Parts: sequence; C-alpha cells; structure tokens
Amino acid sequence: MLKPAPNPPVAPVPAKFGDQDLLRKSASTIKPPAERQTEVAKLIDVSKCIGCKACQAACLEWNNLHEEIGTFNGSYTNPPDLTPASFTLMRFTEWVNPETDNLEWLIRKDGCMHCEDPGCLKACPAPGAIVQYTNGIVDFVHDNCIGCGYCVRGCPFNIPRISKVDNKAYKCTLCSDRVAVGQWPACAKACPTQAIAFGTKEDMKKHAAERVTDLKSRGYKNAGLYDPPGVSGTHVMYVLQHADKPSIYAGLPDNPRISPIVEAWKGVTKYVGMGVMGFAAVAGVFHYLIAGANKVTPEDEASAEKLTRGEKP
Amino acid sequence: MTAYDLEPGDGVHPGKPVTVDRYTVGARINHWITAISLVLLAISGLALFTPSLYFLTALFGGGQWTRAIHPWIGVVLFVSFSILFIRFWRANLWKGEDNIWLTRVRDVLLGHEERLPELGKYNAGQKFVFWGMSLLILVLIATGLVAWDQYFFRFTSIETKRIAIIVHSLAAVGIICVWIIHVYAAIWVKGTMGAMTKGRVTGGWAWRHHRKWLRELVASRRSNAGTPRTPAE
Ligand code: HEM
Ligand code: SF4
Ligand code: SF4
Repeated sequence: MLKPAPNPPVAPVPAKFGDQDLLRKSASTIKPPAERQTEVAKLIDVSKCIGCKACQAACLEWNNLHEEIGTFNGSYTNPPDLTPASFTLMRFTEWVNPETDNLEWLIRKDGCMHCEDPGCLKACPAPGAIVQYTNGIVDFVHDNCIGCGYCVRGCPFNIPRISKVDNKAYKCTLCSDRVAVGQWPACAKACPTQAIAFGTKEDMKKHAAERVTDLKSRGYKNAGLYDPPGVSGTHVMYVLQHADKPSIYAGLPDNPRISPIVEAWKGVTKYVGMGVMGFAAVAGVFHYLIAGANKVTPEDEASAEKLTRGEKP
Repeated sequence: MTAYDLEPGDGVHPGKPVTVDRYTVGARINHWITAISLVLLAISGLALFTPSLYFLTALFGGGQWTRAIHPWIGVVLFVSFSILFIRFWRANLWKGEDNIWLTRVRDVLLGHEERLPELGKYNAGQKFVFWGMSLLILVLIATGLVAWDQYFFRFTSIETKRIAIIVHSLAAVGIICVWIIHVYAAIWVKGTMGAMTKGRVTGGWAWRHHRKWLRELVASRRSNAGTPRTPAE
C-alpha cells in the first residue's frame, strides 16, 4: 500500500529546488548542474479512478483558477477541453471491449506529462519562458512568455493553452511550488482512492509494477505502464488496463514524439536559413569588391542626349 | 498603343543631362510603405526565428509586442504590395530578351552591358525580384494567417499549424534573400536610387540599362508632340 500524502510543514522551509537546478531553459544554452536531483513522478492509475474529479477541483483551488460556467454537452468531461484555467481535465470514454463485450468506462486525467524531452520547450522562442528542472518538472515562466503559441505546436500531447486575458501560455506545473516544500501535488493530495500517487520516478515505477501484476491477475492481460520512450519518458505516468491501446483513452497518443516537422523547424531550418541569408549578404559584399560599382559613363549621357534630339546616337 | 513596359507617368525630358521620369509620387510612396513594412517584418520575424536575434524584440517594445504587431505589419505589407503589383505587373511580363539576358548573366555580373540585348523598363533580374516577392508574399500571408493564433486558432489543426510555421520561416528566409539581391542591385548600379527617391533617373542611366524603354519613351514623346495631349491608350 502507498503511504498517505504528507501534511504541510508548519514552519517555513527553504525551497528544495530553484534556478540553480535547471536542466533546460527555452531559447537558451545553459550548463546544467553537475548533479541531477532525484527525478520525481506522478503516477495516475486509471484503473483506480472513480471519476469524482476531486483532483480537478483541487487544481483549480490550489492554483486559484476560475473556470467559466460552461454548457452541458452530453459528457461528464467538463469543461469539454483543457483551457488556460483548467490545467487538468478528467476525460471520460465509454469503450466496449470487443473481447468481453463489456462496456468499460475509461476515465483518464489529462494534463501536462512533464516530458523528459519536452517539445514545448524545444519550440519556445522566448528565452526562459519554459524551464525544466533536474527533477523532471517542466514549468512555464509567465513573465518571459510572449504568447506566440509555439509551445502548442511543439507539444505531442496537445496540452498548453494560451489565455485570451493575458496572452500567456498555461498548463499543469506539477505543483512545482508544493513539491519544492515537500508536498504532493494538489491533485494527488485530494484523490480519495490514491489513483494519483507522487514520489520519486523510481518508486512510482515500482508501485506501477505491483499494480500491473495485480491487474493482470484480474484478467487485464494487457495492463501496463505508460511512460512513452518517444519523449524519453515522462514525469507523469499512467497505469492503463489496456496499455496496448493508449488511444482508446480519449486519444492518448500511442507513440508520442516531438513532431518531425517541429524538429526540422527548430533544427535544420534555423541553421540553413541563417547560412543562406548570411551567404547572400557576403556574396553581395564580395561582388562589389571584385566587380566594382556599375557607373553610368559620360558617353551614355551623350548618347541619350543625341537620342532625344533625334540624332543617331 | 503603348508598349507593355511604359507605365503611367513615365516620360523623358531633353536637356543636359536628359532626365527620365521613372516613378510617380504615388508609386514611390507605395514602394516605401511596402519596403518599410518588409524590413519591420523581417526584423520582428527574425527576432522569433532564432534566440541569437531575440534581442531585436526590444525595438518593438518587448516580446509580447513583437508577437502581436508582426502579423498586423504583414497585413499592411500585403495590401501595399497588392497595389504595387497592380501598378507594375504588366511591365514585368517575361519577354524573349529576358531569356538572352539570363544566358549572359556572367556579363551582367561583370558589368558588360554592351554584350546584352536592349531591355525594357525592367531587366530579367528585376522581374525575378518582382515575381519572387509576389509569390513569397502570397505564401507568407497564407501561412501567416494560419499562424495568427489570436484570431484564427480554431480554424486549423495543430498539424496544419506546424506545417504553416515551417513554410512561413522558409519563405521568410527566401524573401529576405530576394530583398538582399534587390537592395544590393540598387546600390551596385549607380544612379538607381534616384528612381525611388526623386522619381527620376538620367538619360544616360536609361540608355545604359534600359535602352529599349528609353527609345519607346522618346518615340512616344515625338508622336505626341504637336498633337493635343490625350490620355495614353
Ligand atoms: C504577409 C503577412 C504576414 C503575416 C500575416 C505574418 C504572420 C506571422 C505570425 C502570426 C507569426 C508567428 C509569430 C507571431 O504571432 O507574431 C510569424 C512569424 C514569423 N514571420 Fe511572419 N507574417 C507575415 C509576413 C512575414 C514576412 C514578409 C516575413 C519576412 C520578411 C516574415 C517573417 C517571419 C518570421 C522569420 C517568423 C518567425 C518564424 C519562426 O519562428 O520560425 N513574416 N509571422
Ligand atoms: S506561448 Fe509562451 S511559453 Fe509558449 S512558446 Fe510562446 S513564449 Fe514560449
Ligand atoms: S506534455 Fe506537452 S506541455 Fe507538458 S512537458 Fe510535454 S511537451 Fe511540454
């Protein structure tokens, strides 16, 4: 069994990580610290979720977010999509298992996966608007964000949302502020079934392995851990009853990776582009030095004068 | 009937030296609005293109302003260039002598204009700049609108937006290169700048670089002389 979530410290404690612990920083080259902090992870066990949305409410509350009153659209998924104010969203899928003909209610807590290789950070043009700490948390620094939406293009999970209010990008922070003082993320703390657990990535993988064994013993032969290698693993992982088909869980990508178009845009396009433009400019300078200015001669002027006078130039 | 490359306002004035009207005030204002927008777009775009040029956002009041203002300048460029296109497209139609010019591009670069055919108002290089800009601006406005999340986010998928932004940045590289060629040519060929600042060039300049055009101007002046002025038809 898991230990219960720790309670907050009564006395102020220093933050466990900060700017000195950056692994990556958008649009910047940095030297990461020699020693990496222990990687953390959140484990979401879909098989244990009862769909109560305590996590969704806790997220709004902790982050002081105010979702607009929406309209009912025939599903428990509410709001219908992630928004700048909903960093996490319970997505409900009614799935008929073709093998058993049973209706299964798949409830997946959607939100940022805190990729080890984050596409959002790779795409971001603003220095320091997205940072990744050595413990694996990917965080948006709103003071530096310019609202371009490149992170939306970079993310393989369709997570970031741009606010219409302040034109800045928002997503789950993995409660970096809580984790920094030894707390679990608000969603994990609020979950009544411990379907959301938090700890070191290693511990979470161990716990997931136990859960997978248990699920298999109950007939879920394809149960497994979702820690996709295409993005070098994530710091939010799922235990899925049907890990062979992630996409049945409201479109969870089967093989997520940073889009090759984004890789090309942020890689070869920049180098070739700067090279070609630089070459054009240098070629101009060299041509001028070698060929010299192209000047109109006095003979040219004389010919034009003759022409206008009607003489043969 | 006037030749394809005679534009309204083109004219020749005998004297020492001969002066040739090349661009009207309207055409020049139109050109400079286009030019300034293109430069501002290149600077604001390049600031987002590579982190090494991000500092350029300071010129626009920071990153948020740069992101917000760039597409609006794009709209100005598109409208302004469209008007320019209507003014200039006829004189930029491709002609037989342009092919010869291209095969002798070595002589062009070495400044041996005596070995080139007589040319109309624009040479093949200028026509290349004109059509290149036209095509690239179409690509840039199309992909730019797809990238303009503030107003058009919901109309396209994220995959489409990925393609649009890479095509936009490649087209931007292309148009900046065309721009470099355009500006370089104006610097290299002395006497050209006056066409876009004062609207005039000297007869010698026209004789040297656009002799066919100069002959047409002189001929149309002569056929108009004595007869009452009628709009060119
Ligand atoms: C013609 C209308 C144009 C429109 C509507 C447009 C729109 C956009 C938009 C929406 C973006 C994304 C960033 C932002 O929101 O500001 C962008 C980026 C960019 N634009 Fe444009 N643009 C136009 C023309 C141009 C031109 C003429 C150039 C080059 C001279 C240019 C160069 C760039 C570059 C280099 C980027 C950055 C791409 C990257 O980050 O890789 N744009 N443009
Ligand atoms: S919207 Fe903000 S966080 Fe996202 S890519 Fe642009 S600057 Fe970076
Ligand atoms: S899920 Fe998307 S937003 Fe979250 S770290 Fe990965 S790429 Fe970034």
